[in-house]
Amino acid sequence: MKPILEETLPGGAMWSMRLAAGKRVRLEALGVGANVSALAYNALNPLDRLNVPDTLKALHTAKLTRGHVLMSDMGHALVSITDDTVGWHDPLGGHSTAEMVARAFGVRTYQEVRNEFHRNARDNFLVELSKWGLGLRDIVANVNFFSKVVADDSGRVRFVTGHAPAGSTVSLRTEMPVILVFANCPHPMHPAGDYPRVPVKVIIDGAEKPGPEDFCRTFRPECGRALELSERFLLGSETLHA
Amino acid sequence: MSTLNYHESPLARETAVYTRVIPAGEGWMHRVGAGETLRIVDMEGNQAADTFFFNAGNLDERYSATDTIREQGAIYLTTGTRLMSNLVRPMLMITADTCGRHDTLGGACAAESNMVRYALEKRFMHNCRDTFLLEIARCGLPITKRDLAHNINFFMNVPVTPEGGLQFADGVSEPGKYVEMRAEMDVWCLISNCPQLNNPCNAYHPTPIEVLIWEA
Repeated sequence: MKPILEETLPGGAMWSMRLAAGKRVRLEALGVGANVSALAYNALNPLDRLNVPDTLKALHTAKLTRGHVLMSDMGHALVSITDDTVGWHDPLGGHSTAEMVARAFGVRTYQEVRNEFHRNARDNFLVELSKWGLGLRDIVANVNFFSKVVADDSGRVRFVTGHAPAGSTVSLRTEMPVILVFANCPHPMHPAGDYPRVPVKVIIDGAEKPGPEDFCRTFRPECGRALELSERFLLGSETLHA
Repeated sequence: MSTLNYHESPLARETAVYTRVIPAGEGWMHRVGAGETLRIVDMEGNQAADTFFFNAGNLDERYSATDTIREQGAIYLTTGTRLMSNLVRPMLMITADTCGRHDTLGGACAAESNMVRYALEKRFMHNCRDTFLLEIARCGLPITKRDLAHNINFFMNVPVTPEGGLQFADGVSEPGKYVEMRAEMDVWCLISNCPQLNNPCNAYHPTPIEVLIWEA
């Protein structure tokens, strides 16, 4: 299928889009060690938003990969991960702020380096969310696509550098109308040094409706019930999102 | 089982300026001033106390689990943990803990997450998010559902494996175990004494907790 949209996010970029149910959003890392900090909201009721703890406890996981359904705090499947070449995306590390980026990579201002300035995910989220009438209060725990944070037996956490090879892809299927927000900014646990700047391509096309045998729907019974709750929501919103 | 970190408090309960028992399934919202110490007691053992904090001077600033985990480099909360805000500032510091460790990954139970996790018919069971929503609706402050983010589960045991698995294990708490924290700023503390009956977080038998406050 010909993509509806193909766009490359340079390192440091921000992006957001409202999407109907039944779209596929594919992220492709154009270099090694990419990180895309991501948030998701129900487009018709942004109070209904990505809830990392509800997602993790429903799936009994502390990492995200194919088959997993990203859930809202209202029990809805917002997006499902339908394909993934990486195997581990981080839901624990949070996102970078101006202070963290300055500490790890130094300050580079727009005045000095124009659009190569050192951007951070928090400021990018604030800018993109403002465009949808949202703000700081709407920023919750996010997902970091292409990144890996592991916990050892004592609970100590560690960032794995260079986790996703160049060419890695992850595909998301929208299960209801959503607002997706991406910040292509360094992971907040990335070691100090040069500001990592890995372009990531966003490719959007259509997705087939998840049938009864769909991989994500049958991955765990919890995934099936979240999809069912999204279908219930759509039932009540047909005229709204037509 | 990984390390448990036990640390007793020097504070005597007779000197507390405030004490209150919160029955299972009920909420509590209370202001704790900078320098004051809040203790939460698991009176009968294995009871989850879902807890959240707002900066009383700026309600947009609130507890953040991801910032707390990353800044201390560890997923479990115990003595020495600084409870961080979404502005990456310390809100409270855990000063004593006789339970050993606490969870901040599991979030709060809700009608809808119970439907997802257990069965669609579980919609009508009492849950922590309903308690949170009722408490913030009653509190008279401009706090709404928009301001609820993921919380702390004191006394709950949610181990993460090095392979990235997440388990809901039996509690590590026992009757009389407590956790104590000193406020680094004026905060509103919001607690739901968890009514969950669908998993072992309350040993299938929700029981009361007690909160105590000591002056600075």
